[in-house]
Amino acid sequence: MSSSTSVRASSQVTASQGIETPSGHEPDERGHFGRFGGRWVPEALVAALDELETAYEKARHDPEFLAELDRLHRDYTGRPSPLTDVPKLSQHAGGARILLKREDLNHTGSHKINNVLGQALLTKRMGKKRVIAETGAGQHGVATATACALLDLECVVYMGEVDTRRQALNVARMRLLGATVIPVKTGSRTLKDAINEALRDWVTNVDSTHYLLGTVAGPHPFPQMVRDFHRVIGLEARAQVLERTGRLPTAIAACVGGGSNAIGIFHAFLDDPGVRLVGFEPGGDGVETGRHGATLSEGSPGALHGAFSYLLQDEDGQTAESYSISAGLDYPGVGPEHALLKDLGRAEYQPVTDAEAMDAFALLCRTEGIIPAIESAHAVAGALRLGKELGPDAVILVNLSGRGDKDVDTAAKWFGMIGQDESAEAADGTAIAEGATQQRSGSFADPGSETEGIQA
Amino acid sequence: MSERASGPSTRSVADVFARCRAEGRGALVGYLPAGYPTVDGAVELLTAMSEGGCDLLEVGVPYSDPVMDGPTIQAAADTALRNGFRLRDVFGTIERVSAAGGNCLVMTYFNPVLRYGVDRFAADLAAAGGLGLITPDLIPDEADDWFAASDKYGLSRTFLVSPSSTDERIASTTAASSGFVYATSIMGVTGARDSVNAAAGEIVGRTRPHTSLPIGVGLGVRSGDQAAEIAGFADGVIVGSAFVSAAEQGGPDAVRALARELAAGVARAGLPQPA
Ligand SMILES: Cc1ncc(COP(=O)(O)O)c(C=O)c1O
Repeated sequence: MSSSTSVRASSQVTASQGIETPSGHEPDERGHFGRFGGRWVPEALVAALDELETAYEKARHDPEFLAELDRLHRDYTGRPSPLTDVPKLSQHAGGARILLKREDLNHTGSHKINNVLGQALLTKRMGKKRVIAETGAGQHGVATATACALLDLECVVYMGEVDTRRQALNVARMRLLGATVIPVKTGSRTLKDAINEALRDWVTNVDSTHYLLGTVAGPHPFPQMVRDFHRVIGLEARAQVLERTGRLPTAIAACVGGGSNAIGIFHAFLDDPGVRLVGFEPGGDGVETGRHGATLSEGSPGALHGAFSYLLQDEDGQTAESYSISAGLDYPGVGPEHALLKDLGRAEYQPVTDAEAMDAFALLCRTEGIIPAIESAHAVAGALRLGKELGPDAVILVNLSGRGDKDVDTAAKWFGMIGQDESAEAADGTAIAEGATQQRSGSFADPGSETEGIQA
Repeated sequence: MSERASGPSTRSVADVFARCRAEGRGALVGYLPAGYPTVDGAVELLTAMSEGGCDLLEVGVPYSDPVMDGPTIQAAADTALRNGFRLRDVFGTIERVSAAGGNCLVMTYFNPVLRYGVDRFAADLAAAGGLGLITPDLIPDEADDWFAASDKYGLSRTFLVSPSSTDERIASTTAASSGFVYATSIMGVTGARDSVNAAAGEIVGRTRPHTSLPIGVGLGVRSGDQAAEIAGFADGVIVGSAFVSAAEQGGPDAVRALARELAAGVARAGLPQPA
């Protein structure tokens, strides 16, 4: 397989290639991916979407824009992100070779910065001075607040009240960076409702404001544009895996909330039919309980937040409430290109429960010294599952989309290191450490004794 | 002044506007979510609005994610859903309000229609006596199924134009519409406001050359004076949040009284003058 795949050396891959060179998998001129995508929006937003589309089409062929984006990603983000072999984790995956694409090492701690810097530069070009964003885990909010600080833009971030509590560290980071964080108290008080509120703001202030959407959902051109800004993940990883292993990966594992990190890594492999693309959705308490966010696995087609795609909805087309331990995946919609990839059978989507994700979280911490975001832990859990299925000859590429600092509180509670109403930040570190060492029965015991439980 | 302009013979939105015109005035269009506060309660409120002088009723479909609505209508939709509103209730509501003499349109976010089936929704709406659909988050670009269904069942298609719409889009959106065109007077979500925005006259003036359809103006109207001001240049005055607030505060009597005040304002203005 590798002989036919000519690529640039990984050191020559740049972010601008993802936007300058069309992927060969473009939506139609109205932004449809098959029957999905498009613009399911109020007329009031059409002019702004047209303006954005025009600005993007111009920028992607403007050498100055491309150079500025590449410079920022090299000197500020720290791209390229490394590829890490994780042999000790691999022992828990049936011996399959697992490689982590380290988006967690980007500045601000996740893949979100790839898209944010691109859109923030576009905001400047459009002459807008105010940026709004939604955030679930807070990673997109932090990345947006960061870019706005860097580029002198006013920044307002909408965040569900539930998420402001479970991702309190990121709320503090955003405020330190000068952003205004508005807790949203409607509906389920999570990501879906934050997007509603951001859309209301945008409809009202569209002249002065850019809505810096954080994933590959929403109306055209967002799904295409955000994807292109993230294509660098897959372009780099493809070259890195080829250099490291001399072959293409057997399978790729990514977590899917709105779908941006997944599409970013999948895209470079769409035309490699031998590479399995597997998205892992939040299975919450288990899809059979109804408490989950597994939109592609369990949902049905419909329109939400500007795009026609899969969504979780009831018989009357009312959006269902999603649930996940992971704020960044707790969303009842998904990007339209994933809906197409699912229908085409080119990608597959599987749920991973809270418990599976947290087992994988613990395992990666203990075996490799990497604390992943809980979102990304879903992909790690997926890789363990794939490894057992595919066997020791498989090479599995995992998009480690973010780091877990923001999740220390949730994890410490999950593993019983602190009480439900304590906070890890407030707690005495020794209490956590003692909890960790005494917690022999929980998932956070040392991995040797844990292996059976995790693999069962 | 006749309390209610409508009669049982009204079969289309065009008829309603034509009859208002014959009376030398614009039309008053009142919005209320179906199921608010309960299904029966909404029937009573809508009937009272019609009796008070609403020439057309926009029967809203409560939706989980109303991104075009401000706090008042969001809260009303929440109440309706909490009290058990189901989508099919909208048809029964329209049947009952129509039987009492109201002229009903449905105003809905589009996903409930998609889920129900566009053709099936149109069939059931027509059978219930509904006259058409107002679609705040559906633009003509995505509306192929709705074009087919509205033609098939003789329903009007009201799309929205906005102050941010280009002339090209105003032209294509009005060309895709039937019954009347909805001009949003401000950039923003629904909610009563103290003054009529200057942009209201401007958007009507920009829309007029592109269509012979009546133009209704909405977003923010709450008083008879505001209604008169808008009726000075628009063919229809659309009032939503103010009716919801009135319903909350004083039930059917309050919405009937508000409709009277607004209808008097509309009548006082006479026929719209060119902007
Ligand atoms: C680290 C991380 N991974 C994944 C996601 C999910 O988003 P997406 O599916 O768009 O990659 C988030 C969202 O907040 C995140 O913070």
